[in-house]
Amino acid sequence: MSAIFKRELRAYFTSPLGYLVLAFFFFFSGLYFNLLFSNNYAMISVVFSSMLIVVMFLVPILTMRLFSDERRQKTDQALFTAPVRLRSVVLGKFWAAMALFGLGFSATLIFQVVLTFYSDASWLLYLNNLLGIGLLGSSLIAIGIFLSSLTESPALAAILGILVSFLLILADGLASMISVSWLRTFVEQISFSARFNTFTTGVFDVSNVVYFLSITAVFLFLTVRTLEKKRWA
Amino acid sequence: MIEVSHLSKRYGTHLAVDDVSFSIEKGEVVGFLGPNGAGKSTIMNILTGYLSFTTGSVQIDGFDVIESPEQAKRRIGYLPELPPLYPDMTVKEYLSFVYDLKKVRLPRKPHLEEICRLVKIDDVAGRLIKNLSKGYRQRVGIAQTLIGNPDVLILDEPTVGLDPKQIIEIRSLISRLGKNHTVILSSHILSEVQAVCERVIVINRGVIVADDTPDNLSKNLSGDHSLVARIAGPAREITRLLASIRGVSRVTCLGKKEGESNDFLIEPDGQTDVRRAVFERLSDRNWPLLMLQTNELSLEQIFLRLTDDTGDGAALFRKSQPAPDESVRAQAAAVVTETRGDEPILPDDAPDAEQKERDA
Repeated sequence: MSAIFKRELRAYFTSPLGYLVLAFFFFFSGLYFNLLFSNNYAMISVVFSSMLIVVMFLVPILTMRLFSDERRQKTDQALFTAPVRLRSVVLGKFWAAMALFGLGFSATLIFQVVLTFYSDASWLLYLNNLLGIGLLGSSLIAIGIFLSSLTESPALAAILGILVSFLLILADGLASMISVSWLRTFVEQISFSARFNTFTTGVFDVSNVVYFLSITAVFLFLTVRTLEKKRWA
Repeated sequence: MIEVSHLSKRYGTHLAVDDVSFSIEKGEVVGFLGPNGAGKSTIMNILTGYLSFTTGSVQIDGFDVIESPEQAKRRIGYLPELPPLYPDMTVKEYLSFVYDLKKVRLPRKPHLEEICRLVKIDDVAGRLIKNLSKGYRQRVGIAQTLIGNPDVLILDEPTVGLDPKQIIEIRSLISRLGKNHTVILSSHILSEVQAVCERVIVINRGVIVADDTPDNLSKNLSGDHSLVARIAGPAREITRLLASIRGVSRVTCLGKKEGESNDFLIEPDGQTDVRRAVFERLSDRNWPLLMLQTNELSLEQIFLRLTDDTGDGAALFRKSQPAPDESVRAQAAAVVTETRGDEPILPDDAPDAEQKERDA
């Protein structure tokens, strides 16, 4: 697993992709923080919830080539004939994407430190936000990896990924348009933003943690199954 | 070392590998030979655990590839048809990655350096793989298989797309590796298999059609050694004369060579040595014998004969003899009907060749 993790993390930085994604993360989080700061509003949660829309676009780009490129370049033949379990290959790639995602939010640490100078900003709230965005990110990354394992085209994986994260993040917006009550409840329940926003308000709800972790686990499992199925095709 | 029994692989309705069994001993260098699409790569992908199979069993050094895949994979170094290289890594980074991936326990630096020296890529170790030439990429691909010093090397068309000099280098490298490893290589280039392998498994349409040493294959298939003679004189009369020699079962005129002389294919009955008689009868008539050679089958001809779908052995003469002009062809056909009217010689091979292309 560590071999894959190291290779993927390095691959982000041997191509413009990693730098570009990080630049977007830093730019937008900096921008939101700047708005917040210049309005004398010392609430780090606003930065996190504003970042949702950025995350929606950037995560699929982060995950698009993880498996599609392996298939296109036929390097999967090296991965899957090495004495490594499929599970470790998938997890190695997952953690590499998570690491870059985490790096993207590293700037918020500086913001939080700055805020503590001017207000009594709560570190617990900050950590809760970080946990929330981390869980939401892990779900989106798992979905992105799964989509990437379905196709040989990174572009297609990215487009599908953006579409899916768009639906999941904005699900509660859609829910208000649904008149069938059970369907509306269902869509509201799967909404990523509603669940994430409870973290930004400082509430630690175990059900939300379990929800994001389950989504992550299910899609990583589906990725393993997809790759396994290709051997039998 | 490798035990394959009753292996079949089905893609939907297409049976890519059909009840294939063979075993390979430690230290053997075996060539998989077959036209494109014969199932060579599929079998290799199954041996290495990349693909699964429908029925049968595969064991590497006693380890079943399905039940204990990690143990089996640890014993194999695999070079697929397209070397699995990451273009954005340097050679050194890549080999180091494969070293980690394979969980090798040998000392890293000396081990990788030794491999680089062996396949002669130490001068490009710091370069990005995407900037390497095809020959170097292939060598990096081979280097990758050697990491961890596996007992078995499986090389899928290792010399495809290389220039003649590189082909010779890679071949000699494979020969050297064959001393310490069990090697399976696939090829549709026959001279390659002949040069490197001590055993050939010919595969066509997912079935093993022959499994022998290159020499034995050549001997068994050519049966009684036929002769090719170049004789100056009238083609029709010479054909008749040669056919009248005791022990000659069939004579075919192969067309005009060197001005007025013709080439003839003489097929003896297998019991008599007809060379002396051929010389004497020709010298009686004062038709000079310019050349006489035994027509041993090259691996190329064997290959065509074995993989020929019509099974009529006619394909034999396609490669070795240039097609005669129309009149001689008609003449040859006439002679054939005269002496043995069952098999057509020198058929028009164009449709058949097209068929092969399509199969590929």
